[in-house]
Amino acid sequence: MNWDWNYTGKLIPDLLDGLRVTVTATLLGYLIALALGLVWTLLRRSPNPLVHQTVRWVTEFVRSTPLLVQLFFLFYVLPSWGITLGALTAGIVGLGLHYSTYTAEVYRAGIEDVPRGQWEAATALNLPRRRVWAGVVLPQAVRRVVPSLGNYLIALFKDTPFLFGITVTELLGSAFDEGAHTLKYLEPITVAGLFFIAVSVVSSLALRRLEKHYATH
Amino acid sequence: MPPTDLTSPAEPVPGKAAPGKAAGALPGGGGAASARTPCGITFEQVVKRFGDNVVLDHLDFAVGAGERVTLIGPSGSGKTTILRLLMTLERPDGGVIRVGDDPLWHMERGGKLVKAGEKHLHEMRKRIGMVFQQFNLFPNMNVLRNLTEGPVHVLGLSRDEAVERARGLLELVGLADKEDAHPTRLSGGQQQRVAIARALAMEPTVLLLDEVTSALDPELVVGVQDLLRDIARSTDVTMLCVTHEMGFARDISDRVLMFDQGRIIEEGPPGTIFEEPREERTRAFLRAVLAS
Ligand SMILES: Nc1ncnc2c1ncn2[C@@H]1O[C@H](COP(=O)(O)OP(=O)(O)O)[C@@H](O)[C@H]1O
Ligand SMILES: [Mg+2]
Repeated sequence: MNWDWNYTGKLIPDLLDGLRVTVTATLLGYLIALALGLVWTLLRRSPNPLVHQTVRWVTEFVRSTPLLVQLFFLFYVLPSWGITLGALTAGIVGLGLHYSTYTAEVYRAGIEDVPRGQWEAATALNLPRRRVWAGVVLPQAVRRVVPSLGNYLIALFKDTPFLFGITVTELLGSAFDEGAHTLKYLEPITVAGLFFIAVSVVSSLALRRLEKHYATH
Repeated sequence: MPPTDLTSPAEPVPGKAAPGKAAGALPGGGGAASARTPCGITFEQVVKRFGDNVVLDHLDFAVGAGERVTLIGPSGSGKTTILRLLMTLERPDGGVIRVGDDPLWHMERGGKLVKAGEKHLHEMRKRIGMVFQQFNLFPNMNVLRNLTEGPVHVLGLSRDEAVERARGLLELVGLADKEDAHPTRLSGGQQQRVAIARALAMEPTVLLLDEVTSALDPELVVGVQDLLRDIARSTDVTMLCVTHEMGFARDISDRVLMFDQGRIIEEGPPGTIFEEPREERTRAFLRAVLAS
C-alpha cells in the first residue's frame, strides 16, 4: 500500500471542516459539563433529601451508562416524545450531560478540600450564604481542581468520534466518508489521527501552563 | 471608659497610625454606625456535648458590657467551645446564651424561647467578631479585599467607604503598605494583624480571641499582643480571650476565669488569680504553663 500525497492534499480541506465540528462540539460540550456539573454538586448538598437523592441517582445512572447510549437516546428516542434535536446539538448536549457527572465529582472533591477554617471565617464575618459560595469556597475549590477539570476536557475531546454514531460528520466521520467514497482509507484515517494528536498535545501544553499559573497564584 | 471609635487609638502609638487619621478614615466615625453600645454576655445553664462527651455541663457565667475577660485552663477544658458557641460555629444542646439582652440561639415568641432561624443568627452575628488561632484569611483575595468583603456584603457599605475603612484599619495595625499583598506572602504575625483588622472592620461589640498568638513564631508574638493592648485600651469592645500567655492576660484582663473540665473552678482579677490562687488545680496549671 502506497501513501498518495496528491490524495492527501485534496483531503485536507474536508478534514479541517470535520476538525472544526469536533472542536465546536468539544468546547460547547465542555462548557455545559462545567456549568451543569456545578449545578449537580450544589443540588447534592441540598438539605432536602428528595433533591439530593434524586440528583445522586441521576448522575450515577448517567455516569455508568455508555455515552453512545445517551447519544442514541437524545437523537433517536427523544423525537418520539416530540423533542427533536439537530444531530450536532444532540451530540453537544450528550457530551455535556455525560461529562457533567464527572465534573460534579471533581467539584465535590474540590469543595471538600477547602479547609473548615475558611467556612468558619466566612461565618464569623457573617457573610450571606451566596457570598460564602461565590466569594470564598468556589474560587478556592476551582483553583484546586483545575488539573482534573483539564483532564476531562481532553477525555471529552477524545470521545467526540461517538458523535459519528448520530450522523455528525466530525473529524473521524469526515475521514471515514472520504475513505468510503474512494475506498482508500489509509490517508484520511491517518491524517485524522494526526489531527487528534496535534490538538491533544497543544491542549495538554496549554493546560500545563494553566496549572502552573494556578499553582503559583 | 468613654465609648470611643474602634479604629482610633485614644493615645498615639509610636509607629502606628495617628489617631486623627484613623478616625477620619471612618465615614461618620463616632456616629451611629460605629459607636455601638458594647454588649455583655451571659451563659445560662449551657450544655454542650460531642457525642457522649459532655463538654459544658449547665455552665453559668456572665461578662459585663465592655469587660475584658480571659479564659485560662488546661487543654480540653472547653474554652474554645465557649467561643465557638458564641460565634455560632457550634450549636448548644441546652441552656440560653445572651449577647446584650437578646438570646443568641433563640427568639422570644409568646413569652417563650423558641429556636431561632438563620435570619436571627445573621442579625446577632453582627454584634460578634472572632479572631482564630490559624488566622483563616481568604487566600483567594488580597489583603484589602479580605477587609472589605464583610463591610460591603454584610453591612452594605459602598466599595469606596469600605476601602476607606479598610485603609484606616491597616494603618492602625501597621500594615498600610500591604493592602495589595497576597495573605500567604505575609508572615504569621502580619497575617494575624490583618485578621484582627478584618474582624474590627465589622465593628463588633464583642470580640472573641482564641489563642491568637499560639501559631506564631516567638519573635512575632509581641507585635500582635501590643496591637491587642492598644485595642483594649482605646475601645470599649467586650473582649473574651483565650490565651496561655499569662503576662498578656494580666495586661488586658479585668477578670480571669480558670476552667477545668468545662467548669469555672476559680475566678477573679488577674492579680489575685496569678499571685494568690486558691485552688490547687489553678496553681498546678499556672506552674505547668510557666514551665513551658
Ligand atoms: N468538633 C468536635 N468534635 C468532638 N469533640 C470535640 C470537638 N470540639 C471539641 N471537642 C472536645 O471538647 C472538649 C473541649 O474542647 P475545647 O473547647 O477545644 O477545649 P480547649 O479550647 O479548652 O482546649 C475536648 O474534650 C475536645 O476533645
Ligand atoms: Mg482551644
